[in-house]
Amino acid sequence: MSERMRLLISRRVISRLAAWTVVVTLISVQPARSAAAAERLVVPRNDTWRTECSACHLAYPPQLLPARSWRAIMQGLGKHFGADASLDPATAKEVQAFLEQHAGRDRGGPDTSAPMRITDAGWFRREHREIPAATWAHPDVRSRANCAACHRAAERGDFDEHTVRIPR
Amino acid sequence: MRLLVLGCLIVTGWILAGGAAAQAESPAEIQRGLETVARQRVPGFVAFSPQRGEQLFKTRNGDWSCASCHGPDPLQPGRHARTGKAIAPLAPAADPERFTSAAKVEKWFARNCNDVLGRPCTPVEKGDVLAWLLSLGH
Repeated sequence: MSERMRLLISRRVISRLAAWTVVVTLISVQPARSAAAAERLVVPRNDTWRTECSACHLAYPPQLLPARSWRAIMQGLGKHFGADASLDPATAKEVQAFLEQHAGRDRGGPDTSAPMRITDAGWFRREHREIPAATWAHPDVRSRANCAACHRAAERGDFDEHTVRIPR
Repeated sequence: MRLLVLGCLIVTGWILAGGAAAQAESPAEIQRGLETVARQRVPGFVAFSPQRGEQLFKTRNGDWSCASCHGPDPLQPGRHARTGKAIAPLAPAADPERFTSAAKVEKWFARNCNDVLGRPCTPVEKGDVLAWLLSLGH
């Protein structure tokens, strides 16, 4: 084997090694990326749920509350956060079944206390601890329940930090 | 062959009839429905009044009026007083989808009259509001 040939082969080995290094690095970085991706919720399709729940507010993805919270909310639609959101029994049944089926993890606590507000949850407070009072009071935000004011793709279940645009 | 054509015609007719039955109502039809109920239930009912409708729409009762969320001009979009969510204009002239389903109309009158007035609206009140909304934008 000529010297030239050997040099060529060793170059090829080095470039392959470099390529593999890049691949391995990308794979090892993956967990950080998937933590962000976890905030992109896969919202299953249900037209009744979306139509009814998005009439007055964002159709909050079922994963954001445990099943017992959804049950309590669906039992109290006559006085839903101060407004009458009554549904006919057949529609209510379908929406409740959908919410319970795709509900989030139950984070414990006594059975009698079901968190009714997503914005009261510990994870919600933690994720939003850096948001100043002035932002919450901004005319385009006004309510902590107004996810889409900053999470522009919230309709699609996308709560990824990178798609946030805070109104100024 | 003739039988086949006849069969196709019957099936097509059946589908068309079914389709027509499932089609959306018009605001005028919904208004006529309210009028029928008003005539049956309200002694001395003459006609709906757009003026009374406008007044009901804009009158505050406690915290809220209809205009709190729908805005004072139903030709323009409104905004939910609590959640800030945009609400499409209520007047059919501004949004042709408005008042095209009697079931939806009843659902929302039931909810919103309860929120604003603390009681269901009467058939005359509903007809008055719709009469006002139908008078706008022409």
